[in-house]
Amino acid sequence: MTLGERRNLTKGLLFISPWILGFLAFNLYPLIASIWFSLCDYSVLSEPVFLGAQNYVDLWNDPVFWKALRNTVIFAAVAIPLSTSLSIGLAVLLNQPIAGQGIYRTIFFLPSLVPAISLAILWQWMLNGPMGLVNNLIRPFLNIINAVVGSHLQAPDWLNDPNFALGGLILTGLWGTGQAVVIYLAGLQEVPAELYEAAELDGTNAWQRFLHITLPMLSPVIFFNVLMSIIGALQTFAVPYILTGGGDGPGRSLLFLATYIYQNAFDYWNMGYASALALCLFVLIIGLSLVTVHYGEKKVHYSGR
Amino acid sequence: MNPTRSSVPWFSRVVLILLGVLFLLPFFWMVSTSLKPLNETMKLPPQWLPSSPQWNNYPDAMQAMGPFWLYARNSLLLAFLNVVGTVFSSAFVAYGFSRLDWRGRDGCFFVLLATMMIPFPVVMVPIYGLFRALGWIGTFQPLWVPAFLAGAFNVFLLRQFFLSIPRDLSEAARIDGCSEFRIFWQIILPLAKPALLTVALFQFMATWNDFLGPLIFLAREDQYTLALGLQALQGTISGTPWHHLMAASTLVLLPVLVLFFLTQRTFIRGIATTGLK
Repeated sequence: MTLGERRNLTKGLLFISPWILGFLAFNLYPLIASIWFSLCDYSVLSEPVFLGAQNYVDLWNDPVFWKALRNTVIFAAVAIPLSTSLSIGLAVLLNQPIAGQGIYRTIFFLPSLVPAISLAILWQWMLNGPMGLVNNLIRPFLNIINAVVGSHLQAPDWLNDPNFALGGLILTGLWGTGQAVVIYLAGLQEVPAELYEAAELDGTNAWQRFLHITLPMLSPVIFFNVLMSIIGALQTFAVPYILTGGGDGPGRSLLFLATYIYQNAFDYWNMGYASALALCLFVLIIGLSLVTVHYGEKKVHYSGR
Repeated sequence: MNPTRSSVPWFSRVVLILLGVLFLLPFFWMVSTSLKPLNETMKLPPQWLPSSPQWNNYPDAMQAMGPFWLYARNSLLLAFLNVVGTVFSSAFVAYGFSRLDWRGRDGCFFVLLATMMIPFPVVMVPIYGLFRALGWIGTFQPLWVPAFLAGAFNVFLLRQFFLSIPRDLSEAARIDGCSEFRIFWQIILPLAKPALLTVALFQFMATWNDFLGPLIFLAREDQYTLALGLQALQGTISGTPWHHLMAASTLVLLPVLVLFFLTQRTFIRGIATTGLK
């Protein structure tokens, strides 16, 4: 290394030193410490005592852990495709020469600004069984169906019914999907108009143009957003926690991995077990991200970059 | 005019109006409930509008939350410290990742990007232990000191912006004998104002909205942020006073909305560029 190179290295390291410190304290150390704690009986109040793999054995035999894992995966698997389709759909609709485009964009974006605490309390009220707005909107439709088919469908008591609580949370999440709409709309506006004009001359219909132009051209943006949504969905905590008044819902239907980590760490002071759970969540996030990257790289169309 | 062409926007318009109304309804319901007397919130079928708006629900809700203005002060103080810390430290770090050439830079940057895949719940137990060892639990430090150590996402955002500034600017300054810090401070930072504003806005929102951090690091009620104060209101009172909860939720949301409408252009552009890379 020449003197100049060494000086550059020193300068570079000096500039990134705040990040290095943050990385060591809040990323690297916690990950390594988690591995150690997960092998210990540890309550924060006293020194960790080595246990070996006991926490992992307990975890394997803990039905609540499996419930949390199942809820987390189901939530991600249902919510992400729904919100992705909804926001792409909205963006495509908005990308037409429609009066008030900016106003619509603002309307769809606004809910994503609502702080988790306000959002969750509002939706607790929206999803209230007898008095909630959601049920009062769907009741007329249910009545029509019941009258026609002779069924006895009833509006659910969303957050108090183990079969519907997760659905209620997904509905809440769909309302807050607006950030993606803004991103997809910006992506759509970069698609060259000639592509559509040429395809139209070839006599294609709107659906064909959507499938063969819009989706491929948008695929890098979709890929990036889906990846971010996966990481976001798997760490879901605040909204379900507040929706259930600081709990995990009827029959633990709104218990997620992050909730269970929180409960073990700060309700039961079982930091060792919480660390084992945290590592499971980490492995899940890395695993699903790698699968997405592996699968996505083949499908994504990068135009001329 | 081709008839099928004009029919598409017509259909789109109806769908957009319907969805627009659906997206606005929860806001409407929140404000409408917040202005009803308690007995009208319980009516079946629900009443769309209060028979006469109860403006005093708002001061009443603040009263029910306890020291509302203290909570607001705590939230604002934390938001301010986080914005200042993040903007300067992230810009400083982003400078090192974009305007300087040094061995190992791209490797380090890759590590920085990878840290975005580590969510807070995964690392919060050891971080809690760390702050406990420092004696910081029950103080504000855990909620603002880390902001001064740069955030990966913001570094990424600012680095992209710094890369778009011509290199000649720095070279010319270096030839004039300008120190690296002065180039950063007097040339690059002023040019990066729009990007810095974006980072500041995002960070304000993130801190204002944060729930899990205050939940685990704060201990005493007089340190609560608005989010925690509102959750306490939700938890303590039986027979749920929805009019008060909606009024308080509106109050917590209001500063965010005001900030958004004041800075809408920067905001939307910021969101759009982060998603497009």
